[in-house]
Amino acid sequence: MTMHAITTFAAQIVLATEEGGHAAEGGHGIEPGITSGVIVEWAWLIVVVPLVTAFLITLFGRKSPFKGWLLAEAAMAFVAIYGTVLFLVNAAQGVTYYGHVQVAEIGSYAIEWGWAVDGLSIMMYFLVGVVGLLVFTYAKGYMDADIRYTWFFASFSLFAGGMLVLVASPNFIQLIVGWELVGVASFLLIGHYWEDFANVDAANKAFMVNKVADAALFMGAIIMAVSVGSFDFNDVIGVVVNGEHGMLSQYAFWAGLLIFIGAMGKSAQFPLHVWLPDAMAGPTPVSALMHAATMVTAGVYLLGRLFPFYLDVEGIFAADVRNIIIVIGGLTLFLMGFLAIVQNDIKKVLAYSTVSQLGYMVAAMGAGAYTAGLFHLFTHAFFKALLFLGAGSVIHAVHSNDMSDMGGLRRFMPRTYWTFILGTLALIGIFPFAGFFSKDEILASMRHAGMEGQSVATFILVLGVAGAFITAFYMTRAVALTFFGTYKGHGHPHESPAIMTLPLIGLAFFAVTAGWVNIPGVYTGFTEWLAYRIPLVGLGDHHAESFDWSLIVVITPLALLGIAIGWYLYGKDRDTQLERDRFRIPVLWPLFEHLYYINDFYSAVFVRPLLGPIARAILWVDMNVIDGVVNAIGGGSLAVATGVRAADENLVDGVYNATGAATGGSGSVLRRSFTGRIQQYAAFSFVGVIVIAVVFIIL
Amino acid sequence: MTIIQFVLVGSALFSIGLYGVLTRRNAVLILASVELMLAAVNINLVAFDVYLKDPAHAGQIFSLFIIALAAAEVGIGIAIILMIFRNRQSADPDDLRLMRG
Repeated sequence: MTMHAITTFAAQIVLATEEGGHAAEGGHGIEPGITSGVIVEWAWLIVVVPLVTAFLITLFGRKSPFKGWLLAEAAMAFVAIYGTVLFLVNAAQGVTYYGHVQVAEIGSYAIEWGWAVDGLSIMMYFLVGVVGLLVFTYAKGYMDADIRYTWFFASFSLFAGGMLVLVASPNFIQLIVGWELVGVASFLLIGHYWEDFANVDAANKAFMVNKVADAALFMGAIIMAVSVGSFDFNDVIGVVVNGEHGMLSQYAFWAGLLIFIGAMGKSAQFPLHVWLPDAMAGPTPVSALMHAATMVTAGVYLLGRLFPFYLDVEGIFAADVRNIIIVIGGLTLFLMGFLAIVQNDIKKVLAYSTVSQLGYMVAAMGAGAYTAGLFHLFTHAFFKALLFLGAGSVIHAVHSNDMSDMGGLRRFMPRTYWTFILGTLALIGIFPFAGFFSKDEILASMRHAGMEGQSVATFILVLGVAGAFITAFYMTRAVALTFFGTYKGHGHPHESPAIMTLPLIGLAFFAVTAGWVNIPGVYTGFTEWLAYRIPLVGLGDHHAESFDWSLIVVITPLALLGIAIGWYLYGKDRDTQLERDRFRIPVLWPLFEHLYYINDFYSAVFVRPLLGPIARAILWVDMNVIDGVVNAIGGGSLAVATGVRAADENLVDGVYNATGAATGGSGSVLRRSFTGRIQQYAAFSFVGVIVIAVVFIIL
Repeated sequence: MTIIQFVLVGSALFSIGLYGVLTRRNAVLILASVELMLAAVNINLVAFDVYLKDPAHAGQIFSLFIIALAAAEVGIGIAIILMIFRNRQSADPDDLRLMRG
């Protein structure tokens, strides 16, 4: 890497932006922003520091202060500070910078490692840094006395590094590297308590389901790269923005669909959502940071990264995929919300809630609402991490995940209670908390998309509005069962230590305020921050100019109704779970309780039919091929050994003996010629000389 | 004087020396016979040197070396024979068959 290459590249970016200036019409009219400078050129440190820290903790963690926690916390603090600085610079002036280093070259394809520093990735740096820092701080208290304490922080740092590799990536190759790194970290951390076999199953399930989606992502990325001739996102977007009818437009549907399937796996979209609720087997900080705030949003991030490709104003690329995206997102947000109602495990309530909220984000992307989807990603990261950490605090106090063992905790744990309430209000979308603004923007965007001619968006809008009601209902239920009524668990619950409650307060601050960065008609900075992207100028997405009052007058009363019904049903204290759940809806309830039979379906259709034959096939291979090979090797070795022995005894020994006998025999013959008579020797010498002389003369 | 006369003298002297070396029963006389052979060689060297008109006179210089060598050889040879005689009271090479195979 040379600085020269970077500055040249930056210059090209500026040039490209200026040339593409005419495309700005109709867009936001965003100027290119900062394209060089120390702060962006050194942004690769954000990625490298946590990765290096992960290895340092693995190697030296046990001997370092606080057994590795301090190293991890320092790395996250670095990311948080650097991310915040970039965030502020971006907010003030806008930043668009793409650094890269060529690692290898395969044919005409350059394999590069790079770091994108633009509105989208800066938002993710900020999220991973700030939420990560708070979660790491919390984890010190939560994981205290854990048997694999150091290893936990090593894996967690590996996750942070992998996630930053992913969001820093300006090309598919690096994205996939980061994608798999977070997958591995997820596998390690879900299976953190591997003594319990169920947790190992959950880890395997998460890994396998993600692998299915990853395979689609690889195929999509390869199709895309071959059609465009480059793995670089900017090249892909460049083709889209220029509207070239090249190879990409032919294969765009399949490339777009396959990449979306990859995003579905990571962002837990129906029907690939099955791994996320099981992933709650991991420690709660992991659920908060990975399975709520950052990792599961990677799919939404990827859709955002390729947004112009999916938006496809002229309809020659992946516009058809967008209808699939919005339907999948809509189904996910609606169906998974119901499942949160019937869960008794507080973490599973939040897990299904996360899946449902991810559905909102994906549906927003499908509706062509770049800002709305990423805005919800931004706010959701804070309040969902807050809710998970609050749940973790409760679990830490009562030593159980089951809400039947909780109740009345608001008196014992006031800080956890109040922060949890703030998070809940943000999630439900009550004014003026964060979720209100982001969810409203998503629904407004759907309405707009419906009016613009994407007819399916109107249908999904109905699901989205209903989802807001469901969200209010299940969150009220969770709060009521956890914090109200009488305590049903064992022992005396106590408030968590300050190291756990302070991060809760920090996140609660963001849960309240994060929405204020994008208030339609008042302040829309967030829209501009995200729009600092190259080489497109103007994403052409819809974002609300003012509040959609007709939606608000529907959603807010619906949410309040959800709270009221939830409170009516669960607010009153009931001793047993049976008594509590007597409001079963006849047909739907069993469906919800069995999670729509999706897991059973997968077991019956994929897992068991595959497992049996696979097991038999493996047994056959083991018995015949492997044993055969082993036996053949054994027999062969025996035969060879016998042959070697024979050769040793006959050939080698024979040669030695023959040599010895020949030497001895010839010696006993030749010794007779050695008479010891000097004059005889001299005579022989003379005869020899004569013979040699004669030979020379004759010849 | 032609070269043939020198070669005849040298050959005769060498043959007498060889006869002496192979037949004498006294080691001292064998040593003396070796001297005769060396003298024959010297005569040949000097004769051919002159005959071939070697400007460097390699043959004559070589014969000087041989004379010096012969003197040294006689010195060492006589000393060895004396020691053998002193130990074994004999200088007959037939009695010295320690190296017999």
